[in-house]
Amino acid sequence: MIPCNKIIQEISNYLDNELDAALRQELEEHMCCCPDCRVIIDTTRQTIQVFRGCEPYPLPQSLHDRLQQAIRKFHEKP
Amino acid sequence: MAMTPTNGTATLSDLELVEQAKAGNVDAFSELVNRHERKIFRLTQHITGNREDAEDALQDSFLKAFSRLPQFHGDSQFYTWLVRIAVNESLMKLRKRKAHPTFSLDEPVETGDDFLPRDHGTWDDNPEQKYAQQELREILDGAVQSLAPIFRTVFVLRDVEQLSTEETAEALQLSVPAVKSRLLRARLQLRDKLSKHFGRGSQA
Repeated sequence: MIPCNKIIQEISNYLDNELDAALRQELEEHMCCCPDCRVIIDTTRQTIQVFRGCEPYPLPQSLHDRLQQAIRKFHEKP
Repeated sequence: MAMTPTNGTATLSDLELVEQAKAGNVDAFSELVNRHERKIFRLTQHITGNREDAEDALQDSFLKAFSRLPQFHGDSQFYTWLVRIAVNESLMKLRKRKAHPTFSLDEPVETGDDFLPRDHGTWDDNPEQKYAQQELREILDGAVQSLAPIFRTVFVLRDVEQLSTEETAEALQLSVPAVKSRLLRARLQLRDKLSKHFGRGSQA
C-alpha cells in the first residue's frame, strides 16, 4: 500500500482531478483502510469549498466613488 | 451595492469594452472597473493584509491597467491580465512593509514538520453554517493572513480567484510544479487552522 506521506503529497492533485487513473485508484484503496488519510482528504476538500463559496463583498461606496474619480481624472490628464 | 451609470456598456463583453476603452471611451473602462473591482479588492486585501495598502493597490492596479491597455492584445482574459497587475501592485505594497522587505515568491519551499497535517478530526457537513457571515469572514481572512506570503498568494489565486494552475503560474512567474507544491502546503496549513473552528464538537 502507498505510505501515508505519499498520499498527503498527492492530495492536491487528487482533489484537482489531476492524477492518472492508476495512482487515483491506489489512493482511493488507501483511503478505504486509512481513516486518518480519509479525514485529511475530506477536510482539505471542505477547506477549498468553504473558500470557493465566498462571494466578495461590494466595495464601500466611498471607495468605489474614489476609484471612479481617479480613473476619470487620469483620463482627462493632458 | 455600488453602482455607476453604464451608458449602454453593461451588455458588452470585457473584450468589447477593452476595444472601446482603447478608442478613448472612459465609460467603457468604468464598466470594466464596476465588473471587477470587488474581486480585485478582495485580492489586494488578501495579499497585502492591510486595508490601506489594499485600497491603494486597488486604485493603482486599475490606473496601471488603463494606462497599459494598448499593450493588452487579448492573448489572455482581461480579468487574468488585470489579476497579474493587481498581484504585482499588492506585492510591491507588501515589500514596502517592514515585515516582508525582501520576500520573494520563488524562494525555495522547505519541507518541514508543518507539512504533515496534525488534526485528524472530522468536520461538520456544512461547517461554514456554524457561523454568522461576518464571523466566518473573519475566521477565513485570519487563516489566510497567517500563511506566509509565498503560500497565501498562490492559494488566493487558485482557490479564491479560481485561476487555473497555468494561469497562476503565469501571473506569479512561477513554474507549474512550484505552484502545485505551494498550493498543497497552503491548503494543508489552512485545513489545520480551520479544524479548530470547523471540527465536529468545536465551539462556534
